[in-house]
Formats: sequence, C-alpha cells, structure tokens
Amino acid sequence: MSDYTDTELMVARAAAELADGDTVLVGVGVPNLACNLAKRTHAPDLQMLYESGVVGSNPSSLPLSIGDPVLATGAHSVLPMQTGFSRYLQAGRVDVGFLGGAQIDKYGNINSTVIGDYDDPTVRLPGSGGACEIASNARRTLIITPHRERRFPAEVDFVTSPGYVGGREGRRKLGLRGGPEAVITDKAVLRFDDAGELYVETIHPSADREAVQNATGWNLGFADEVGETDPPSAETLRIIREDLDPDGVYTGGSR
Amino acid sequence: MGELTDMETAIGRTVGDGDGVYLAGFTHHIPFSAGHEIIRQGREDLHLMRATPDLLYDQLIAAGCASALTFSYAGNPGVGSLRAFRRAVEDGVPNELELDEYSHFGLTTRLTAGASDLPFLPLRTFAGSDLPEHNDNIRRVEDPFGAEDLYAVPPLNPDVAVVRAQRADPSGSAHLWGIPGEIVEAAFAADRVVLCAEEIVDESVIRSDPNRTAIPGMVVDYVVEDPYGAHPSYAQGYYDRDNQAYLEWDDVSASVESTIEWLDEWVHDVDNRREYVEKLGAERLVDLQPTTAYATPVDMGWYG
Repeated sequence: MSDYTDTELMVARAAAELADGDTVLVGVGVPNLACNLAKRTHAPDLQMLYESGVVGSNPSSLPLSIGDPVLATGAHSVLPMQTGFSRYLQAGRVDVGFLGGAQIDKYGNINSTVIGDYDDPTVRLPGSGGACEIASNARRTLIITPHRERRFPAEVDFVTSPGYVGGREGRRKLGLRGGPEAVITDKAVLRFDDAGELYVETIHPSADREAVQNATGWNLGFADEVGETDPPSAETLRIIREDLDPDGVYTGGSR
Repeated sequence: MGELTDMETAIGRTVGDGDGVYLAGFTHHIPFSAGHEIIRQGREDLHLMRATPDLLYDQLIAAGCASALTFSYAGNPGVGSLRAFRRAVEDGVPNELELDEYSHFGLTTRLTAGASDLPFLPLRTFAGSDLPEHNDNIRRVEDPFGAEDLYAVPPLNPDVAVVRAQRADPSGSAHLWGIPGEIVEAAFAADRVVLCAEEIVDESVIRSDPNRTAIPGMVVDYVVEDPYGAHPSYAQGYYDRDNQAYLEWDDVSASVESTIEWLDEWVHDVDNRREYVEKLGAERLVDLQPTTAYATPVDMGWYG
C-alpha cells in the first residue's frame, strides 16, 4: 500500500523528463497526462503535438484518442498528417517523442507489429502508426511500458521502431536522429549506457532489484549506485487527481 | 464537377468488386454510412486502404467484403485491438487478408505521391525497421545529388475514395475543419471520389471562405448530403465521437456470431443512414452535441 498508484508515479516521472520549451509528440494515457502535468508545473511553454496533425493542443478535457475533437478546439494549428510528419517531425522540430510497445529489447528497439512470425503471427498487433518515424526523427524518445518479462525479451520478434539497433554506432550508421533517452516502467527507470544498452537507474519504492530483473528477459545492468525513484509529491497528486484525470481513467487502480 | 445524388447511387456507381477503396479520415469524419452501404451492396474482394483501419474496416472485413488491406495502424482508437481484423490475419476468418503495411508517414507519403503523380517520394523513416523486409514497396533510393540514400515509396492511387467534410456545395467543393488526417490527399489520389457532407450549402457559402475549401469540386464525382454519416466517429463542431460505441464494439466483435448479429441489426436491416439515425434515437445524438466555439470571421475584403 502506498499513497499513489503505479501510473501516477509513471506520470510524475515522465513529466520530470520534459523541459520547458520542449516540443513533444504526445500519445493518449500516460504521455498526455505527463505533458499536461509538466505544463502546469515546471514547463508552461511546452508544446504538445499529436500525430493526427494537431499542433499546440490545449485540451479542455481528457482526450480518449489522439484524434479527438477536444485536441483540435483551441489548438495553435491543425494540419494534414503529412505536413505534421514531414515539416515538423522529419524536419527536426520535435524534441521529445513518446513511445510504447508490446516488446522492447535491450537496445530500445520496439515491436508493435506481431508476436511470432510476420507471415503467420501468434498475435497480430496494430502496427507502427507513427511510431517508426517518431523513433527515427525525434531528438529524444521516452518509452512508457508496464514491466513484464514477455515485454522485455532479449530480442524482439519484429523491429517496428528502431532504438539503438545493435548499439549506438548502429543507429548512427543508419543516419537516424536522436535516440531513446529513458524507459519508464511500473517498476523502474532505465537509461541507455555508452554502448546503447539499457541499465537500471532508479527502482520504484514498490519494487526491488530482484523484481526488476525477474521481469526482464536478459541479464540487466544496474547503475553503480541504484537510487530509489522519487515518489510523486502531494501537489503532483493533487493536479493529477483534481485536474487531469478526475475519473481515474488512466491513473486509477490499487495503491 | 460532382453530381449530387444519394448514397446508394453514389456507391453503386463507383465501387465495384475487386476495387481499391480508401474510406479516408483519422478518427475524424470516418465514412461509416458509405462503408455500411458497401456492405449492403455485397461488394467482394475489395482492397481496402486507410492509414487507420478502425471499426468500419473491422465491419467490412467481418462482412467478407475485403481480401487485402493497405494500412499503418489497425486498432480500435483509444480502446484496443480490432478483433475481426485479427481473426482474418491470425486465423483466415472469414477469409485470408493480404497485408500491405507501412508506418503512417510511409502511407501518407504514398498518397501524396499518388495525389501529385510522382513515381515515388523519399522519406526519413524505415531505416533500422523490419518493415522494408516484408514490403517490396519500401525500397532504398539513391540521392541523385549524392548526399545520402533514403527509403522511398511508390504512389498510392485508389480506384475509389470516399471522403467527408462538414459542408459542401452541390458540385462537391467542400469546407473541412478539425483534424483533416489524410482526407485531402486521398481525394486527389483516387480515380473516383464520393464526397459526403454533413450539410449541402449554397456555392456562395463556400466562396465566402475559399481558404477553407480543402476539396475542390473538380476532383469529386458524386456528392451526398449525409448528416450524421460519420457516427460513431465525429464531425468537428457538429457531433462528438460516440465513445460508448467504440467500447461496445470490443464486446460485439469478440465472436463471429455476435459480430454477424450486429451487422444484421445495424447494417442489413436498415435501408440507409436515415433509418440508422432514427434507430439510434434523438437522445443519444443530443448527448453528442458540443457547445459552440466559433472561429473569429476573416475579412476577405471586397475589391469591386
């Protein structure tokens, strides 16, 4: 038992990764809440972009999908998808992209296409959407995911969106911009070392080293001094519960 | 220029068995009424196309209308997976579905090339992804100016596109606002275009704000006045997304039987969108009504 849910902690931790003035390509759920939390606290000039083509969104209620009308009303600009992808994302105008996926490997490569063989899948997943171009063109990406062993295999079944590919050098050779910055799970915050491999930076108060390793499909590296993830402050929890997600659509659940 | 007609006629004259059909929109303005008419007319072997196949494509697939799908994200937006799509891909039910898969940027770039009659367009995506390995339409191209090699995609030219807008004149010149997605590119890329509008207005309304005319009548073949034709998706300023319907579809589509029952009740047993709307009931539609938030009018100036 604690004073907050796993998702509330993930929202707070993701918000802390965002800087004032960042242009952020957002998704629904945790990324949207993290951006709105950052805007209300340390990053009032953060710009929210959606792959549906909405720029400078200022939603008056919680969007349920990235194409909701509430994102368009009061936005700075609403564009064709192609313009958003080419002139904003491809042209280097997006600082941060949020990604999730069914599988993530130690280089931050993400699978959101299939479990099993592509031509004869065990589970057919939705596919890339904008994820491949976000992973390729944002200056940094943040990966938000539950931490389970099946989600962190040594090798993903399909690379939908490139992380550090086979290491930082591999990504550079492909001419990709930026790269994954952090993976925020319900157990830990992980970052990428000089080789482009994931390691554990901090562990959440609800988890321990063993729980994090057991939920990962390879021998995970840990920082020399693994810290404890800061729990969300009372003010952060108030903003999330009163303003951002009053019905607990995304942040509800057991504490 | 477009010809004003009804949905049954427009679909009957444009969509044939085996055609490539693009029912455009990104969550917004999804042509549900047109898709339901395609199901009613019993079209088969369609090559469906859209970046974001959603409930409507799940319904077309479940009804056995489709044999191929060009797409980049097949999900129930904000809810989860598309169960009929998955049954087709994973189990071949009701039939096999050939996939032609991209990322969003890859697919909208194909439409852009199609809309502007180019043999290919390069883009910065796909490097490091496994998608090119599984799709021969994603190829490396050498930069003729020597800077760098890139991936490129060929044009996408659907046989038919059905697109929606808030208002159009009788020839199909349409004002579109809110999220346009890839609607305009699809209209310019397709061989035949059906334009469905929430309202048909006088040409003078369209001419009063020409910057808002996203689709000109010159690319439109048929124009259909079709209020609430995007339900359960939405039309910005007219009605909201009916989220309950998206959540319900997750249960409805859980089995083949319940999916077929739904198609019988909401597609085959209604003659047209008007009957569908009457069946939905006024209360449900009133709940979807947003309050108004008008844009400040622009002054085009009169230079007579």
